[in-house]
Amino acid sequence: MNGRALRILLPLFVLALVIAAWQAAVAVFAIPPYVLPGPGLVLSTLLADRALLWQSLLVTLTITFEGFVLAAVGGIALAVAFNQWRAVEYSLYPYAVILQVTPVVAIAPLLLIYLPQPLAVLACAWIVAFFPVLANTTLGLSSVDHNLLALFELYKASRWQVLWKLKLPAALPQMLAGLRIAGGLSLIGAVVAEIAAGAAGAGSGLAYRIAESGYRLNIPRMFAALLLLSLAGVVIFFVLSALSYLMLRRWHESALTRER
Amino acid sequence: MTEHMADPRSISNTVVALRGVGKTFDSGTAALRGFDLAVRDGEFVSLLGPSGCGKSTALRIIAGLSTASEGAVDNSAAGKIGFVFQEPTLMPWADVAANVRLPLELAHATANGAVAQALARVGLGDFAHSYPRELSGGMKMRASIARALVTEPHLLLMDEPFAALDEITRFRLNNDLLAVWQELRRTVIFVTHSVFESVYLSQRIVVMTPRPGRVFTEIAIPAPYPRDEQFRTSADYAGYCRQVAQALGRAMGGAAA
Repeated sequence: MNGRALRILLPLFVLALVIAAWQAAVAVFAIPPYVLPGPGLVLSTLLADRALLWQSLLVTLTITFEGFVLAAVGGIALAVAFNQWRAVEYSLYPYAVILQVTPVVAIAPLLLIYLPQPLAVLACAWIVAFFPVLANTTLGLSSVDHNLLALFELYKASRWQVLWKLKLPAALPQMLAGLRIAGGLSLIGAVVAEIAAGAAGAGSGLAYRIAESGYRLNIPRMFAALLLLSLAGVVIFFVLSALSYLMLRRWHESALTRER
Repeated sequence: MTEHMADPRSISNTVVALRGVGKTFDSGTAALRGFDLAVRDGEFVSLLGPSGCGKSTALRIIAGLSTASEGAVDNSAAGKIGFVFQEPTLMPWADVAANVRLPLELAHATANGAVAQALARVGLGDFAHSYPRELSGGMKMRASIARALVTEPHLLLMDEPFAALDEITRFRLNNDLLAVWQELRRTVIFVTHSVFESVYLSQRIVVMTPRPGRVFTEIAIPAPYPRDEQFRTSADYAGYCRQVAQALGRAMGGAAA
Protein backbone atom coordinates (compact mmCIF):
# COMPACT_ATOMS: atom_id res chain seq x y z
CA MET A 1 0.00 0.00 0.00
CA ASN A 2 1.44 3.39 -0.91
CA GLY A 3 1.88 6.39 1.40
CA ARG A 4 -0.97 8.35 -0.12
CA ALA A 5 -3.57 5.68 0.55
CA LEU A 6 -2.24 5.23 4.09
CA ARG A 7 -2.58 8.95 4.75
CA ILE A 8 -6.28 8.74 3.97
CA LEU A 9 -7.06 5.29 5.37
CA LEU A 10 -5.27 5.53 8.73
CA PRO A 11 -7.17 8.60 10.02
CA LEU A 12 -10.44 7.03 8.79
CA PHE A 13 -9.56 3.88 10.70
CA VAL A 14 -8.96 5.93 13.88
CA LEU A 15 -12.28 7.70 13.34
CA ALA A 16 -14.13 4.37 13.02
CA LEU A 17 -12.39 3.11 16.17
CA VAL A 18 -13.40 6.21 18.20
CA ILE A 19 -17.02 6.03 17.00
CA ALA A 20 -17.22 2.32 17.82
CA ALA A 21 -15.77 2.90 21.30
CA TRP A 22 -18.19 5.80 21.85
CA GLN A 23 -21.18 3.69 20.79
CA ALA A 24 -20.01 0.76 22.91
CA ALA A 25 -19.55 2.95 26.00
CA VAL A 26 -23.02 4.44 25.62
CA ALA A 27 -24.58 0.98 25.20
CA VAL A 28 -22.58 -0.93 27.85
CA PHE A 29 -22.89 1.68 30.63
CA ALA A 30 -26.45 2.63 29.59
CA ILE A 31 -25.57 6.34 29.56
CA PRO A 32 -28.70 8.45 29.14
CA PRO A 33 -28.75 10.73 26.06
CA TYR A 34 -28.92 13.93 28.19
CA VAL A 35 -25.46 13.04 29.50
CA LEU A 36 -23.84 11.50 26.45
CA PRO A 37 -25.83 10.75 23.30
CA GLY A 38 -24.53 7.99 21.04
CA PRO A 39 -23.12 8.77 17.60
CA GLY A 40 -26.31 7.52 15.94
CA LEU A 41 -28.47 9.91 17.92
CA VAL A 42 -26.14 12.84 17.14
CA LEU A 43 -26.39 12.05 13.45
CA SER A 44 -30.17 11.72 13.48
CA THR A 45 -30.45 15.01 15.45
CA LEU A 46 -28.25 16.62 12.84
CA LEU A 47 -30.68 15.45 10.15
CA ALA A 48 -33.84 16.24 12.10
CA ASP A 49 -32.69 19.77 13.04
CA ARG A 50 -31.01 20.40 9.70
CA ALA A 51 -33.11 23.48 8.79
CA LEU A 52 -32.36 25.21 12.10
CA LEU A 53 -28.70 24.18 12.22
CA TRP A 54 -28.09 25.06 8.57
CA GLN A 55 -29.51 28.53 9.23
CA SER A 56 -27.20 28.91 12.24
CA LEU A 57 -24.23 27.63 10.28
CA LEU A 58 -24.82 30.26 7.60
CA VAL A 59 -24.95 33.00 10.24
CA THR A 60 -21.69 31.86 11.82
CA LEU A 61 -19.96 31.40 8.48
CA THR A 62 -21.06 34.86 7.31
CA ILE A 63 -19.58 36.48 10.42
CA THR A 64 -16.44 34.38 10.12
CA PHE A 65 -16.03 35.35 6.48
CA GLU A 66 -16.60 39.04 7.17
CA GLY A 67 -14.18 38.97 10.09
CA PHE A 68 -11.63 37.15 7.94
CA VAL A 69 -11.90 39.61 5.04
CA LEU A 70 -11.59 42.59 7.38
CA ALA A 71 -8.62 40.93 9.10
CA ALA A 72 -6.95 40.19 5.77
CA VAL A 73 -7.44 43.69 4.38
CA GLY A 74 -6.64 45.39 7.69
CA GLY A 75 -3.65 43.17 8.49
CA ILE A 76 -2.06 43.52 5.05
CA ALA A 77 -2.77 47.27 4.84
CA LEU A 78 -1.31 47.86 8.30
CA ALA A 79 1.74 45.71 7.48
CA VAL A 80 2.35 47.75 4.32
CA ALA A 81 1.96 50.97 6.32
CA PHE A 82 4.43 49.66 8.92
CA ASN A 83 6.86 48.80 6.15
CA GLN A 84 6.58 52.14 4.37
CA TRP A 85 6.53 54.48 7.35
CA ARG A 86 8.67 53.56 10.33
CA ALA A 87 6.81 56.11 12.49
CA VAL A 88 3.52 54.25 11.95
CA GLU A 89 5.13 50.99 13.03
CA TYR A 90 6.65 52.51 16.17
CA SER A 91 3.35 54.21 17.03
CA LEU A 92 0.97 51.31 16.54
CA TYR A 93 2.83 48.02 16.90
CA PRO A 94 2.72 47.93 20.74
CA TYR A 95 -1.05 48.32 20.65
CA ALA A 96 -1.45 45.60 18.05
CA VAL A 97 0.49 43.31 20.41
CA ILE A 98 -1.61 44.35 23.43
CA LEU A 99 -4.79 43.66 21.47
CA GLN A 100 -3.41 40.25 20.56
CA VAL A 101 -2.25 39.15 24.03
CA THR A 102 -5.46 40.21 25.79
CA PRO A 103 -7.74 37.14 25.69
CA VAL A 104 -10.69 37.76 23.43
CA VAL A 105 -12.99 36.07 25.97
CA ALA A 106 -12.19 38.97 28.29
CA ILE A 107 -12.76 41.65 25.66
CA ALA A 108 -16.00 40.20 24.28
CA PRO A 109 -18.30 41.15 27.23
CA LEU A 110 -17.06 44.75 27.03
CA LEU A 111 -17.61 44.95 23.28
CA LEU A 112 -21.10 43.53 23.80
CA ILE A 113 -21.88 46.47 26.09
CA TYR A 114 -20.74 49.17 23.69
CA LEU A 115 -21.61 47.68 20.30
CA PRO A 116 -24.76 46.11 18.89
CA GLN A 117 -24.38 42.35 19.12
CA PRO A 118 -23.67 41.51 15.44
CA LEU A 119 -21.01 44.21 15.34
CA ALA A 120 -19.46 43.05 18.61
CA VAL A 121 -19.23 39.48 17.32
CA LEU A 122 -17.65 40.71 14.11
CA ALA A 123 -15.19 42.83 16.08
CA CYS A 124 -14.13 39.78 18.11
CA ALA A 125 -13.61 37.72 14.97
CA TRP A 126 -11.50 40.55 13.55
CA ILE A 127 -9.41 41.09 16.68
CA VAL A 128 -8.20 37.50 16.90
CA ALA A 129 -7.74 37.07 13.15
CA PHE A 130 -5.90 40.21 12.11
CA PHE A 131 -2.73 39.81 14.15
CA PRO A 132 -1.29 36.72 12.41
CA VAL A 133 -1.89 38.43 9.06
CA LEU A 134 -0.14 41.58 10.30
CA ALA A 135 2.78 39.76 11.91
CA ASN A 136 3.41 37.37 9.01
CA THR A 137 3.06 40.01 6.30
CA THR A 138 5.37 42.37 8.19
CA LEU A 139 7.96 39.61 8.41
CA GLY A 140 7.60 38.82 4.71
CA LEU A 141 7.89 42.43 3.60
CA SER A 142 11.09 42.94 5.56
CA SER A 143 12.85 39.74 4.53
CA VAL A 144 13.37 40.61 0.86
CA ASP A 145 16.67 39.54 -0.72
CA HIS A 146 19.09 42.47 -0.27
CA ASN A 147 20.62 41.99 -3.69
CA LEU A 148 17.19 42.21 -5.31
CA LEU A 149 16.65 45.47 -3.42
CA ALA A 150 20.02 46.69 -4.72
CA LEU A 151 18.99 45.69 -8.23
CA PHE A 152 15.77 47.72 -7.98
CA GLU A 153 17.81 50.65 -6.64
CA LEU A 154 20.27 50.34 -9.53
CA TYR A 155 17.41 50.67 -12.03
CA LYS A 156 16.01 53.64 -10.11
CA ALA A 157 12.77 51.90 -9.16
CA SER A 158 10.25 54.09 -7.37
CA ARG A 159 9.12 53.30 -3.86
CA TRP A 160 5.85 51.91 -5.20
CA GLN A 161 7.57 49.76 -7.80
CA VAL A 162 9.68 48.26 -5.00
CA LEU A 163 6.50 47.59 -3.03
CA TRP A 164 4.39 46.17 -5.88
CA LYS A 165 6.95 44.32 -7.91
CA LEU A 166 9.31 43.17 -5.17
CA LYS A 167 8.16 43.34 -1.57
CA LEU A 168 4.56 42.17 -1.92
CA PRO A 169 5.33 39.18 -4.20
CA ALA A 170 8.26 38.25 -1.95
CA ALA A 171 6.00 38.42 1.10
CA LEU A 172 3.26 36.31 -0.48
CA PRO A 173 4.22 32.96 1.14
CA GLN A 174 4.28 34.43 4.66
CA MET A 175 1.14 36.44 3.92
CA LEU A 176 -0.72 33.29 2.87
CA ALA A 177 0.52 31.44 5.96
CA GLY A 178 -0.92 34.28 8.06
CA LEU A 179 -4.24 34.10 6.22
CA ARG A 180 -4.42 30.35 6.78
CA ILE A 181 -4.11 30.89 10.53
CA ALA A 182 -6.52 33.84 10.40
CA GLY A 183 -9.31 31.75 8.82
CA GLY A 184 -9.49 29.37 11.79
CA LEU A 185 -9.02 32.15 14.34
CA SER A 186 -11.82 34.21 12.80
CA LEU A 187 -14.20 31.28 13.38
CA ILE A 188 -12.96 30.98 16.98
CA GLY A 189 -13.43 34.72 17.56
CA ALA A 190 -17.00 34.60 16.27
CA VAL A 191 -17.81 31.58 18.45
CA VAL A 192 -16.27 33.10 21.58
CA ALA A 193 -18.25 36.33 21.16
CA GLU A 194 -21.51 34.46 20.62
CA ILE A 195 -20.94 32.30 23.69
CA ALA A 196 -20.12 35.44 25.68
CA ALA A 197 -23.37 37.01 24.49
CA GLY A 198 -24.96 33.78 25.73
CA ALA A 199 -28.56 33.71 26.91
CA ALA A 200 -28.82 37.49 26.88
CA GLY A 201 -27.95 37.51 23.21
CA ALA A 202 -30.34 37.53 20.33
CA GLY A 203 -27.89 35.68 18.12
CA SER A 204 -28.70 32.74 15.95
CA GLY A 205 -25.27 31.40 15.08
CA LEU A 206 -24.01 27.89 15.83
CA ALA A 207 -22.31 28.93 19.06
CA TYR A 208 -25.55 30.45 20.26
CA ARG A 209 -27.28 27.14 19.43
CA ILE A 210 -24.71 25.30 21.53
CA ALA A 211 -25.25 27.62 24.50
CA GLU A 212 -29.02 27.45 24.11
CA SER A 213 -29.06 23.65 23.78
CA GLY A 214 -26.92 23.44 26.90
CA TYR A 215 -29.44 25.41 28.93
CA ARG A 216 -32.22 23.16 27.62
CA LEU A 217 -30.25 19.96 28.25
CA ASN A 218 -30.65 19.16 24.55
CA ILE A 219 -27.25 17.47 24.49
CA PRO A 220 -27.67 15.69 21.11
CA ARG A 221 -28.22 19.05 19.42
CA MET A 222 -25.16 20.45 21.23
CA PHE A 223 -23.09 17.66 19.73
CA ALA A 224 -24.64 18.15 16.30
CA ALA A 225 -23.85 21.89 16.36
CA LEU A 226 -20.32 21.20 17.61
CA LEU A 227 -19.81 18.71 14.79
CA LEU A 228 -20.88 21.31 12.23
CA LEU A 229 -18.57 23.90 13.79
CA SER A 230 -15.57 21.55 13.56
CA LEU A 231 -16.44 20.68 9.96
CA ALA A 232 -16.65 24.39 9.12
CA GLY A 233 -13.19 24.94 10.63
CA VAL A 234 -11.74 22.03 8.66
CA VAL A 235 -13.29 23.27 5.41
CA ILE A 236 -11.93 26.80 5.98
CA PHE A 237 -8.47 25.38 6.59
CA PHE A 238 -8.55 23.27 3.42
CA VAL A 239 -9.91 26.08 1.25
CA LEU A 240 -7.17 28.45 2.41
CA SER A 241 -4.50 25.75 2.05
CA ALA A 242 -5.68 25.10 -1.50
CA LEU A 243 -5.59 28.82 -2.27
CA SER A 244 -2.06 29.02 -0.90
CA TYR A 245 -0.98 26.00 -2.94
CA LEU A 246 -2.47 27.40 -6.16
CA MET A 247 -0.73 30.74 -5.73
CA LEU A 248 2.68 29.33 -4.83
CA ARG A 249 2.88 26.06 -6.74
CA ARG A 250 5.08 27.39 -9.54
CA TRP A 251 7.80 28.84 -7.38
CA HIS A 252 7.77 28.39 -3.63
CA GLU A 253 9.48 25.49 -1.86
CA SER A 254 6.48 24.99 0.44
CA ALA A 255 4.23 24.04 -2.49
CA LEU A 256 6.65 21.68 -4.20
CA THR A 257 7.12 18.01 -3.62
CA ARG A 258 10.71 17.07 -3.12
CA GLU A 259 12.25 14.88 -5.82
CA ARG A 260 13.91 11.79 -4.45
CA MET B 1 31.54 61.82 -0.15
CA THR B 2 33.82 64.63 -1.25
CA GLU B 3 33.86 65.47 -4.94
CA HIS B 4 36.99 67.13 -6.25
CA MET B 5 36.28 69.99 -8.58
CA ALA B 6 39.11 68.96 -10.90
CA ASP B 7 38.19 66.55 -13.65
CA PRO B 8 39.50 63.22 -12.41
CA ARG B 9 39.62 61.79 -15.91
CA SER B 10 43.14 61.78 -17.23
CA ILE B 11 42.56 59.67 -20.32
CA SER B 12 40.13 60.97 -22.89
CA ASN B 13 38.00 57.84 -23.38
CA THR B 14 37.86 56.83 -19.74
CA VAL B 15 34.48 55.45 -18.65
CA VAL B 16 35.15 54.99 -14.96
CA ALA B 17 37.69 56.90 -12.88
CA LEU B 18 38.23 56.54 -9.14
CA ARG B 19 40.74 58.76 -7.37
CA GLY B 20 41.89 58.16 -3.83
CA VAL B 21 38.63 56.45 -2.97
CA GLY B 22 38.22 55.32 0.63
CA LYS B 23 35.33 53.53 2.25
CA THR B 24 34.82 53.07 5.95
CA PHE B 25 31.63 51.35 7.06
CA ASP B 26 29.55 52.53 9.99
CA SER B 27 30.94 49.59 11.94
CA GLY B 28 34.40 51.18 11.64
CA THR B 29 35.72 48.62 9.15
CA ALA B 30 37.89 50.23 6.50
CA ALA B 31 37.19 48.41 3.22
CA LEU B 32 39.10 50.69 0.82
CA ARG B 33 41.81 53.29 1.25
CA GLY B 34 43.41 55.38 -1.48
CA PHE B 35 41.96 53.28 -4.26
CA ASP B 36 42.70 54.51 -7.80
CA LEU B 37 41.21 53.01 -10.93
CA ALA B 38 40.71 54.17 -14.50
CA VAL B 39 38.85 51.99 -16.98
CA ARG B 40 38.75 52.77 -20.68
CA ASP B 41 35.80 52.45 -22.97
CA GLY B 42 35.33 48.87 -24.19
CA GLU B 43 37.94 47.44 -21.87
CA PHE B 44 37.70 44.13 -19.97
CA VAL B 45 39.26 44.68 -16.56
CA SER B 46 39.37 42.31 -13.60
CA LEU B 47 39.70 43.30 -9.97
CA LEU B 48 41.62 40.46 -8.34
CA GLY B 49 42.22 40.06 -4.63
CA PRO B 50 41.64 37.93 -1.55
CA SER B 51 38.15 37.81 -0.11
CA GLY B 52 37.42 40.82 2.02
CA CYS B 53 39.83 43.10 0.13
CA GLY B 54 37.07 45.53 -0.77
CA LYS B 55 36.78 44.62 -4.44
CA SER B 56 33.03 44.11 -4.19
CA THR B 57 32.77 47.38 -2.29
CA ALA B 58 34.64 49.14 -5.10
CA LEU B 59 32.22 47.65 -7.63
CA ARG B 60 29.21 48.81 -5.61
CA ILE B 61 30.65 52.31 -5.37
CA ILE B 62 31.10 52.38 -9.15
CA ALA B 63 27.48 51.19 -9.54
CA GLY B 64 26.24 53.89 -7.19
CA LEU B 65 24.88 51.27 -4.76
CA SER B 66 27.31 52.50 -2.12
CA THR B 67 28.95 55.88 -1.56
CA ALA B 68 32.64 56.52 -1.08
CA SER B 69 33.68 57.97 2.29
CA GLU B 70 36.45 59.93 0.58
CA GLY B 71 37.92 60.52 -2.85
CA ALA B 72 36.39 61.19 -6.24
CA VAL B 73 34.22 58.87 -8.31
CA ASP B 74 33.51 59.63 -11.93
CA ASN B 75 31.34 57.35 -14.00
CA SER B 76 30.28 58.54 -17.43
CA ALA B 77 28.15 55.41 -17.85
CA ALA B 78 26.02 56.15 -14.78
CA GLY B 79 22.44 55.12 -15.47
CA LYS B 80 23.58 52.76 -18.24
CA ILE B 81 24.93 50.05 -16.00
CA GLY B 82 24.27 46.34 -15.89
CA PHE B 83 25.10 44.52 -12.66
CA VAL B 84 25.56 40.80 -12.11
CA PHE B 85 25.70 39.62 -8.51
CA GLN B 86 27.51 36.62 -7.09
CA GLU B 87 24.15 34.90 -6.68
CA PRO B 88 21.74 34.82 -9.65
CA THR B 89 19.39 37.12 -7.67
CA LEU B 90 16.32 36.23 -9.72
CA MET B 91 12.75 36.79 -8.56
CA PRO B 92 11.54 33.22 -7.84
CA TRP B 93 7.89 34.12 -8.50
CA ALA B 94 8.56 35.31 -12.04
CA ASP B 95 9.58 33.25 -15.06
CA VAL B 96 12.87 33.83 -16.86
CA ALA B 97 11.38 36.23 -19.43
CA ALA B 98 9.73 38.33 -16.72
CA ASN B 99 12.98 38.43 -14.76
CA VAL B 100 14.92 39.59 -17.80
CA ARG B 101 12.21 42.14 -18.65
CA LEU B 102 12.38 43.72 -15.18
CA PRO B 103 14.89 46.53 -15.90
CA LEU B 104 12.82 47.64 -18.92
CA GLU B 105 9.63 47.45 -16.89
CA LEU B 106 11.07 49.57 -14.08
CA ALA B 107 12.05 52.21 -16.66
CA HIS B 108 8.60 51.96 -18.31
CA ALA B 109 10.37 51.04 -21.54
CA THR B 110 8.86 48.79 -24.19
CA ALA B 111 10.51 45.41 -24.60
CA ASN B 112 10.26 45.15 -28.41
CA GLY B 113 12.12 41.89 -28.72
CA ALA B 114 14.93 43.01 -26.42
CA VAL B 115 14.10 40.21 -23.96
CA ALA B 116 14.18 37.50 -26.62
CA GLN B 117 17.42 38.92 -27.98
CA ALA B 118 19.08 39.00 -24.55
CA LEU B 119 17.94 35.43 -23.85
CA ALA B 120 19.21 34.21 -27.21
CA ARG B 121 22.56 35.91 -26.53
CA VAL B 122 23.11 33.82 -23.40
CA GLY B 123 21.65 30.63 -24.93
CA LEU B 124 18.41 30.61 -22.93
CA GLY B 125 16.03 31.17 -25.84
CA ASP B 126 14.09 27.99 -25.08
CA PHE B 127 13.70 28.71 -21.36
CA ALA B 128 11.80 32.01 -21.42
CA HIS B 129 8.86 30.50 -19.57
CA SER B 130 10.78 28.39 -17.08
CA TYR B 131 10.87 29.41 -13.45
CA PRO B 132 14.24 30.04 -11.76
CA ARG B 133 14.01 26.96 -9.56
CA GLU B 134 13.58 24.77 -12.63
CA LEU B 135 17.00 25.87 -13.91
CA SER B 136 20.51 24.68 -13.07
CA GLY B 137 22.97 27.01 -11.35
CA GLY B 138 24.68 27.86 -14.62
CA MET B 139 21.38 28.58 -16.38
CA LYS B 140 20.25 30.85 -13.54
CA MET B 141 23.47 32.80 -13.93
CA ARG B 142 22.86 33.05 -17.67
CA ALA B 143 19.41 34.49 -16.96
CA SER B 144 21.02 36.97 -14.59
CA ILE B 145 23.49 38.02 -17.31
CA ALA B 146 20.65 38.33 -19.85
CA ARG B 147 18.86 40.67 -17.43
CA ALA B 148 22.00 42.80 -17.11
CA LEU B 149 22.35 42.95 -20.91
CA VAL B 150 18.71 43.71 -21.74
CA THR B 151 19.06 47.48 -21.29
CA GLU B 152 22.14 47.48 -23.56
CA PRO B 153 24.32 48.93 -20.79
CA HIS B 154 27.53 50.80 -21.54
CA LEU B 155 29.16 49.33 -18.48
CA LEU B 156 28.78 45.77 -17.20
CA LEU B 157 29.76 45.21 -13.57
CA MET B 158 30.17 41.60 -12.46
CA ASP B 159 30.72 40.62 -8.83
CA GLU B 160 32.27 37.12 -8.75
CA PRO B 161 29.41 35.87 -10.92
CA PHE B 162 30.80 32.38 -11.48
CA ALA B 163 32.33 31.73 -8.06
CA ALA B 164 29.58 29.35 -6.98
CA LEU B 165 29.60 27.26 -10.18
CA ASP B 166 31.43 24.04 -10.92
CA GLU B 167 34.54 24.33 -13.05
CA ILE B 168 33.07 22.87 -16.24
CA THR B 169 30.11 25.26 -16.14
CA ARG B 170 32.42 28.14 -15.25
CA PHE B 171 34.66 27.49 -18.27
CA ARG B 172 31.64 27.40 -20.56
CA LEU B 173 30.25 30.63 -19.13
CA ASN B 174 33.69 32.26 -19.40
CA ASN B 175 33.71 31.48 -23.13
CA ASP B 176 30.15 32.69 -23.63
CA LEU B 177 30.84 35.89 -21.71
CA LEU B 178 33.88 36.59 -23.91
CA ALA B 179 31.77 35.96 -27.03
CA VAL B 180 29.17 38.46 -25.84
CA TRP B 181 31.87 40.98 -24.92
CA GLN B 182 33.55 40.68 -28.31
CA GLU B 183 30.26 41.18 -30.06
CA LEU B 184 29.03 44.13 -28.01
CA ARG B 185 32.38 45.68 -27.01
CA ARG B 186 30.98 47.10 -23.81
CA THR B 187 33.18 47.94 -20.87
CA VAL B 188 33.33 45.12 -18.33
CA ILE B 189 34.64 45.32 -14.78
CA PHE B 190 34.86 41.80 -13.41
CA VAL B 191 35.53 41.04 -9.75
CA THR B 192 37.07 37.65 -9.01
CA HIS B 193 39.35 35.88 -6.57
CA SER B 194 40.47 33.39 -9.21
CA VAL B 195 43.85 34.03 -10.82
CA PHE B 196 43.02 31.64 -13.67
CA GLU B 197 39.68 33.20 -14.44
CA SER B 198 41.07 36.73 -14.41
CA VAL B 199 43.90 35.81 -16.80
CA TYR B 200 41.59 33.97 -19.17
CA LEU B 201 39.08 36.80 -19.44
CA SER B 202 40.85 40.10 -19.00
CA GLN B 203 42.89 42.58 -20.97
CA ARG B 204 44.10 44.03 -17.70
CA ILE B 205 44.15 42.73 -14.14
CA VAL B 206 44.13 45.05 -11.14
CA VAL B 207 45.68 43.21 -8.20
CA MET B 208 44.45 44.49 -4.83
CA THR B 209 45.93 44.32 -1.34
CA PRO B 210 44.07 42.88 1.65
CA ARG B 211 41.78 45.20 3.58
CA PRO B 212 41.79 48.13 3.46
CA GLY B 213 42.01 47.48 -0.28
CA ARG B 214 44.10 49.56 -2.64
CA VAL B 215 45.75 48.81 -5.97
CA PHE B 216 48.94 46.80 -5.51
CA THR B 217 49.79 46.51 -9.18
CA GLU B 218 48.24 46.25 -12.62
CA ILE B 219 49.14 43.53 -15.09
CA ALA B 220 48.24 43.64 -18.78
CA ILE B 221 47.35 40.35 -20.48
CA PRO B 222 48.21 41.12 -24.11
CA ALA B 223 47.05 37.73 -25.47
CA PRO B 224 44.80 38.17 -28.49
CA TYR B 225 41.07 37.40 -28.61
CA PRO B 226 39.18 35.24 -29.33
CA ARG B 227 40.58 33.20 -26.50
CA ASP B 228 39.50 29.57 -26.33
CA GLU B 229 40.38 26.25 -24.76
CA GLN B 230 43.61 26.26 -26.74
CA PHE B 231 44.65 29.45 -24.97
CA ARG B 232 43.67 27.92 -21.63
CA THR B 233 46.17 25.11 -22.14
CA SER B 234 48.93 27.23 -23.71
CA ALA B 235 52.33 28.05 -22.22
CA ASP B 236 51.51 31.76 -22.55
CA TYR B 237 48.47 31.30 -20.35
CA ALA B 238 50.49 29.40 -17.76
CA GLY B 239 53.10 32.16 -17.83
CA TYR B 240 50.56 34.91 -17.24
CA CYS B 241 48.99 32.91 -14.45
CA ARG B 242 52.37 32.51 -12.74
CA GLN B 243 53.06 36.23 -13.10
CA VAL B 244 49.67 37.19 -11.66
CA ALA B 245 49.85 34.61 -8.87
CA GLN B 246 53.27 35.95 -7.85
CA ALA B 247 51.94 39.52 -7.83
CA LEU B 248 49.00 38.41 -5.72
CA GLY B 249 51.39 36.67 -3.34
CA ARG B 250 53.42 39.86 -2.96
CA ALA B 251 50.23 41.87 -2.48
CA MET B 252 49.31 39.53 0.36
CA GLY B 253 52.87 39.57 1.70
CA GLY B 254 52.55 42.51 4.05
CA ALA B 255 49.45 41.13 5.67
CA ALA B 256 48.86 38.18 7.93
CA ALA B 257 47.11 36.03 5.34
